Amino acid sequence: MVKVSEFDKVFNEAQRQGRLSFYFTNRGEEACSVGSGAALRDDDWVWPQYRELGATFWRGYTIEEAANQCCHNELDATKGRQLPMHIGSPEKHLMYVKSNLGQQVPAANGAAYAMKLQRKGRCSITYFGEGCASEGDIPSALNIASVHGCPTIFFCRNNGYAISTHTDDQYKSDGIAPRGVAFGMPTIRVDGNDLLAVYAATRAARRIAVEEGKPALIEAMTYRIGAHSTSDDDSKYRRADSPEEGYDSERAYWDARSPIVRFGRFLEARGLWTAEEETALRKTERAASIKALNDAEKRAQPHVKHLFTDVLDEPPWMLRQQQADLKAHLAKYSEHYAEVTAEQIESM
Amino acid sequence: MGEDIGEMGGVFQCTAGLSSEFGARRVIETPISEACIGGCAVGAAATGLVVPIVEVQIMDMVPLMMEKVVNQAQRDAEGRSVSMPIVIRGPQGGGHRLSAQHSQSLEAWFTAVPGLKVVMPSTPHDAKGLLLAAVRDPNPVIFLEHKNLYQLPRSHVPDGDYEVPLGVASILREGTDVTLVATSNMVHEALKAAGRLAARKEQPVSVEVIDPRTLWPLDEATILDSVQRTSRLVIAHEAPRRGGWGGELLSVVQEKAFDYLDAPITIVAGRDCPLPYNAALEKACIPGAAQIAEACLAVVQRPGFDQ
Repeated sequence: MVKVSEFDKVFNEAQRQGRLSFYFTNRGEEACSVGSGAALRDDDWVWPQYRELGATFWRGYTIEEAANQCCHNELDATKGRQLPMHIGSPEKHLMYVKSNLGQQVPAANGAAYAMKLQRKGRCSITYFGEGCASEGDIPSALNIASVHGCPTIFFCRNNGYAISTHTDDQYKSDGIAPRGVAFGMPTIRVDGNDLLAVYAATRAARRIAVEEGKPALIEAMTYRIGAHSTSDDDSKYRRADSPEEGYDSERAYWDARSPIVRFGRFLEARGLWTAEEETALRKTERAASIKALNDAEKRAQPHVKHLFTDVLDEPPWMLRQQQADLKAHLAKYSEHYAEVTAEQIESM
Repeated sequence: MGEDIGEMGGVFQCTAGLSSEFGARRVIETPISEACIGGCAVGAAATGLVVPIVEVQIMDMVPLMMEKVVNQAQRDAEGRSVSMPIVIRGPQGGGHRLSAQHSQSLEAWFTAVPGLKVVMPSTPHDAKGLLLAAVRDPNPVIFLEHKNLYQLPRSHVPDGDYEVPLGVASILREGTDVTLVATSNMVHEALKAAGRLAARKEQPVSVEVIDPRTLWPLDEATILDSVQRTSRLVIAHEAPRRGGWGGELLSVVQEKAFDYLDAPITIVAGRDCPLPYNAALEKACIPGAAQIAEACLAVVQRPGFDQ
């Protein structure tokens, strides 16, 4: 959780410094992703939304890989084709973050069903916020998972805001949990800021999915302490008042009970952790993230030939022709393409 | 995967018998949600464990699945090669009095999506061979059948395993005076037109009929080679004229074979109206052999025709 938190700070700051165009933070929701990620097997399929860096790191995805993707350099697995934080690694059964909302949810069913058909004993987990849950795909996905017994864990991070839309304007139901019940699946509502509770809930859901061949819905109640992304100014819409006396604002109330604070206190109370250790850990993680960012920025850009790769398994004839045309164009007008090196043009 | 594909065998009987042979676990009759069916297929394909074949009950319903078709069923949707051996198939086309929302021809939408192969068989023989090729192709394929083709005689389909390659056009009838490129059901109207023109007592016209079969990637070489020999091109498709795929082919040929052309390229297409239910009105919307033959005759009877 601390690793996620420090990576978030460095990369969010980097965007404000103009070094990245975009970033999403995970502030306040570290327990949702780390707790759930830790309850899975390494080859369960993860279908993320975009605020699950904790589950991604837990699976073994490195901060260097994340930095390379955010800096869209030659080591970026997405080959410069995607915005920052569209991270993923199919080899680790981590599907890439998708640009369009909610698309991961029905897809998770298909992956789960395919694994069930082949008796793999594995499940899919898919994450979505309470705002995303309003998309038409989500009720359909819940329905088909129930009807066909897809071993899918539906993990809803109910974090209070969908960009600027407060939950009061997102639904009139009792949160998202009734939708699981409505579609006939076991449903758990959990304190999303309690790391161990999230872990326990996900373990229970996983057992249902894998042993009973049924989906399960987890609604994790949490709070989005940061903005939606670097593209919105949350001071324009975040509610000012704390739900309780003694805090300056709604955000301050939740900051005081964030997952890292709560788990830190839990460990301290058992003599397993100290404030000094936390300070040292944060320092180490911050330094690692800064190094990863600096290293990633220095790397070369992705090869321009990757415009044409992966469109199909082999480039069709018209793409090979367009690649040849582009090579000639880049050679002729090289002064207008300062970032494309002569070596890249040669090796196209 | 699809609606009513199990015991019923599909509303057009395309999956008849599959459920009893392969079981409900593999012939998955889904609840009604095109978006979700498409989404599940994308997820299943991404695991690399299975090849999903999605039936869109009537292709006019594909807009409900468009996000999946256009954005998700892509090898590089996520920016790096992702397993996506998916086939999305279903019936298009009018002539059955099913009105505008059950009769459209939408291939032009899909040819605008890089990375999605677009296949339109015109015969049962080709449908089987192309479908087997599509299922074995590691790329996403949208496979557009025509309702009329479900009624063509079965005797044309050989038993056994064979493939018709994707990306390869077929010259169904050789000719010297006009190249006639037609898609899907219009292939049959084109062949009728070609037969009538060849049988004319005065000034018979020799028409070369080409079925591209795959619209993306298109076998331009076969079409261009033909136009270089005949100097005239007529394109026939059922979809409406404006925004139709014919315009795309026309642009390619005029760019690459302009100096070979002795006449403007002509497109014979559906009227720019939603297809009506009333039989006479519907018939007036959809082109046929008569209009195709007239178009071929018109490009031939220009100054310079020297038979």
